[in-house]
Amino acid sequence: MSDWVEACAAGDIDEEDVMRFDHAGRTFAIYRSPDDEYFATDGLCTHEKVHLADGLVMDDIIECPKHNGRFNYKTGDARGAPVCVSLRTYPVKVNAGKVLVQVG
Amino acid sequence: MTAMTSASPRDYSLTGRDAQLAVENGLAAAEWYHTEIPRKQMKELMQRSDQPAIRDTIIWLGALILSGAGGAWFWGSWWCVPFFFVYGTLYGSSTDSRWHECGHGTAFRTQWMNDAVYQLACFMIMRNPVTWRWSHTRHHTDTIIVGRDPEIAVMRPPDLLRVVLNFFGILDAWHAMTDMVRNAVGLISAAEKTFIPEQEQPKAIRVARIWLAIYIATIALALYLHSWLPLMLIGLPRLYGAWHHVMTGLLQHGGLAENVIDHRLNSRTVYMNPVSRFIYWNMNYHVEHHMFPMVPYHALPKLHEMIKHDLPAPTPSILAGYREMIPAFLRQLRNEDYFLKRALPPTARPYREELHNDNPVAAAAE
Repeated sequence: MSDWVEACAAGDIDEEDVMRFDHAGRTFAIYRSPDDEYFATDGLCTHEKVHLADGLVMDDIIECPKHNGRFNYKTGDARGAPVCVSLRTYPVKVNAGKVLVQVG
Repeated sequence: MTAMTSASPRDYSLTGRDAQLAVENGLAAAEWYHTEIPRKQMKELMQRSDQPAIRDTIIWLGALILSGAGGAWFWGSWWCVPFFFVYGTLYGSSTDSRWHECGHGTAFRTQWMNDAVYQLACFMIMRNPVTWRWSHTRHHTDTIIVGRDPEIAVMRPPDLLRVVLNFFGILDAWHAMTDMVRNAVGLISAAEKTFIPEQEQPKAIRVARIWLAIYIATIALALYLHSWLPLMLIGLPRLYGAWHHVMTGLLQHGGLAENVIDHRLNSRTVYMNPVSRFIYWNMNYHVEHHMFPMVPYHALPKLHEMIKHDLPAPTPSILAGYREMIPAFLRQLRNEDYFLKRALPPTARPYREELHNDNPVAAAAE
C-alpha cells in the first residue's frame, strides 16, 4: 500500500467544490462535500479524459464540464450518460489542516 | 496537429474517409479553445436552479394545452388556424431546445425533472432519446468536424432543397419515422453504432417500440373518427410547427468554418427577440453554450456579457444572420471550400490560424 501524499490544505477547497491534484504523472480530483468531508477520485472523466476539477459539484455528484456526465464522487459510481465507467476512488484523511490522499 | 486540407468532395459519413482523416489529423476528441473565466465566477454561472425551468415549463405546457384545446374546439373552421400555429410551434419547435437543454441536464437542478421533460420533448421532436443523447455528445466533442459530427445541419455543398423542406419538417420527420421503425424491429445502423455504446442500444430499441405503438394508436383513432384531428395534435405538429427550430437551428453553425477546434470560428451567437428566446431557451448564445455546456440556459446572457470581449461580434438579429448565411450557402454551391471567416475583436485572444486555413484562397473575411 502506498504512502499518504499531501494534496493541499483543507481550506484550499471551498465547501461543495473540487480541486485538481497532480502527483507522479497522475491527476486526481479532491472534493470537499457540503458536509465538510473530503474525498478523492481519478482526475479525468472516464468518458473523454476531461479534467473533472473544472466541473460542478452538487451534493455528492461531480458533473463533467464537457458532456455533463455524472459520478458520485464518494463511491466513484457512474450516474448518467455519457459516462458508463465508474471512477476509481482513493482514501482521504485530514491531518493538521492538510488533506492527505492514499494514491496507491 | 493540422487542419484538414483540400478534402473535397467532403465525406460526412461517420464511417467514411473523412472520419478516419479527422482521427489521423488530431481533430477527433481534440482540446478546444475556451475563454478563461475565474473558477469562482464559473461556479456561479454553472449553479443549477429548478425555479426558472419550472416557470418556463408551466408556461410552455400551459400554452401547449390551451392552444391545442383551442385548435380542437375550432376544428373545422378557419379559427383553428391561429391556435394550431401556436400549438405547432410549441410542439414542433420549442421541443428542440427542451430536449437539448434537458439532455445536458442543466435546465433543472432536480434530475428527474430534466429526464421527464427530455423524454416528452424527444417524443414531440421525433428524436430517439437514447440515439440523440449520444449523437449530441459527439456533436459537442467534435463540433462541425467532417466525418465525426452527426449533427451537421448543412453540409457542403449545401442541399438547399433539403433545407427548405425541413422548414416544414418533411425530410426530418420522414427520416425520424424510418429510423423509428428500423430501431423498433431491432436494427441499429452502422453510423449509430459509432456513437451509441453497445449497452445503450437496447434502450433505443425499446423507446422506438413504445413510440411506434403511440403513433399506430393515433392513426387508428384518426381512422376510427374519420378525422385528421388526432394527427393534428400528435405527429403532424412536428411538420407544420418545425419552422422556428429550423430557422434558429440553421444559424447555429450555418456557413461557418469546418474542421476547426475553436467554437468562436464555427458557431454563431445571434441576438433574438424575447419570444424566440423563450422558444429557443437562449440557445441563440451558441458560442457560449458550446464553449461552456455546463452553464444553464438562463445564465447564458450573463455568460455572454462576461466573455463577449473574447468572441466575434454577435450577429445582431435573425434577419442579419440569414443575410450573411444565404449568400454563403449560394456561394458554396459553386465552391464548397468557401466559408464565413469570423473576425475577432482586438480584445480577443487570437485564433490558432493553422486551424482556420482549410483553404486560405477560398476563405473570405466577413
